[in-house]
Amino acid sequence: MPRTSFERHLHELQDEVLVLGSMVEKAIYSSMEALKNRDLELAKQVIADDSEIDRKRYDIEEKCIELIVTQQPVASDLRIIVAVLNIIIDLERIGDHAEGIAKIAVMIGKEPPLKPLIDLPRMAQKTGDMLRRSLDAFINRDAEAARKISKEDDEIDALYEQVFRELLTFMAEDPKTITRATRLIWVGHNLERSADRVTNICERVVFVVTGKMEEIGVSKY
Amino acid sequence: MDPKIQTRQLSFHYGKVCAVKNVTIDIREHQITALIGPSGCGKSTFLRTLNRMNDIILETRVEGEVLLDKQNIYEHGVDVVELRKRVGMVFQQPNPFPKSIFENVAFGPKMLGLSRKLNLDEVVEKSLRAAALWDEVKDDVGKSGLALSGGQQQRLCIARVLAVEPEVILMDEPCSALDPASTLKIEELMQDLTKNYTIVIVTHNMLQAARVSEWTGFFLLGELVEYGKTVDIFSRPRDKRTEDYITGRFG
Repeated sequence: MPRTSFERHLHELQDEVLVLGSMVEKAIYSSMEALKNRDLELAKQVIADDSEIDRKRYDIEEKCIELIVTQQPVASDLRIIVAVLNIIIDLERIGDHAEGIAKIAVMIGKEPPLKPLIDLPRMAQKTGDMLRRSLDAFINRDAEAARKISKEDDEIDALYEQVFRELLTFMAEDPKTITRATRLIWVGHNLERSADRVTNICERVVFVVTGKMEEIGVSKY
Repeated sequence: MDPKIQTRQLSFHYGKVCAVKNVTIDIREHQITALIGPSGCGKSTFLRTLNRMNDIILETRVEGEVLLDKQNIYEHGVDVVELRKRVGMVFQQPNPFPKSIFENVAFGPKMLGLSRKLNLDEVVEKSLRAAALWDEVKDDVGKSGLALSGGQQQRLCIARVLAVEPEVILMDEPCSALDPASTLKIEELMQDLTKNYTIVIVTHNMLQAARVSEWTGFFLLGELVEYGKTVDIFSRPRDKRTEDYITGRFG
């Protein structure tokens, strides 16, 4: 493969990462919609779509291997491919967390709601937003933006803390709510883990730009 | 550990053309240092300054110092034959003498008048073993060196260098005329040799530099642009020119 076509393949590879990223972002929002609106059809769709996300991840991984084998990339080319290999793992895992939320939505089914959901949708919105911006930072090689996004994980942690305390109060007051409240805590946990994965992506952006591995966000959880 | 070779503001001129500019580098003992760069960048000329191989070319001029164990090899009174015994060289094309395998290896010790002191049979066997060639030729060391394959010839040339027990081995594209299997053998051999020798290799094959060396220097237009740990040069070069060259975006 001549060099110009290598450059093209490298661009295409990063476009594919963006495609995977938007599939995952959509999964986060849809799983929350399904939970909020008790939309079992949508929840089942998110669960089904997760295998698409998995397939896309392996597809990208194979393209990385092909470029490594045929091009023996070095320096920034190598760092981009190594970053892609790591980012797609994080994306796939975030997809799994979204699937987890959809499964909880199915579990809850048509049970009467414990309370109107406010902070959990906020967490989902924020996580999706951080995810999208982290991939923008990757494409733009913007280490500063990546560091900043990483710090926003504190907001997710704070929301999770709030959700947890609130649901704990419900459970303490009325043991009959324990099952439903616990399930909602799982939802919060899935979102909190997803945001941590976004900080991993941010670390990879810094790696691509500076060549150094640094831990830039330490989650409370 | 002190560096085995240090150059200090070393420049080399062919007539009016400056081929090596102001190069200062420390070459570590018992490690492999690779020099990379495009054709005509001065890396081979630089390599040849390290054992004064360029002396034989007319109208050339050296400035600066090359210190071998802290002794400047360009000082007056340095015995060049003794220097080249300490700093041996392997070339791009295998160049065995049109003599037997045995005679090729025994040649150096004989020339240096060591044959009376040494058992030549032992020296030849030891050198051929160290060059990973013994097992392939032990039954017929009387055979002509030219009857060997290219890869074997190159290992014979390495054995010939080892026979005079050098401290440093300079290799100028030692694998460029060899097939991948022979190249791999030479690369493995180089790794083994670092137990006892310091190796400096010039190579056009960047992956070879990445595979075999601990240190890499990138030359461009006679300058040493960047020098550092091989893993750093190939994963996070500091200089844009190095990045452009090794990623193939040069020019």
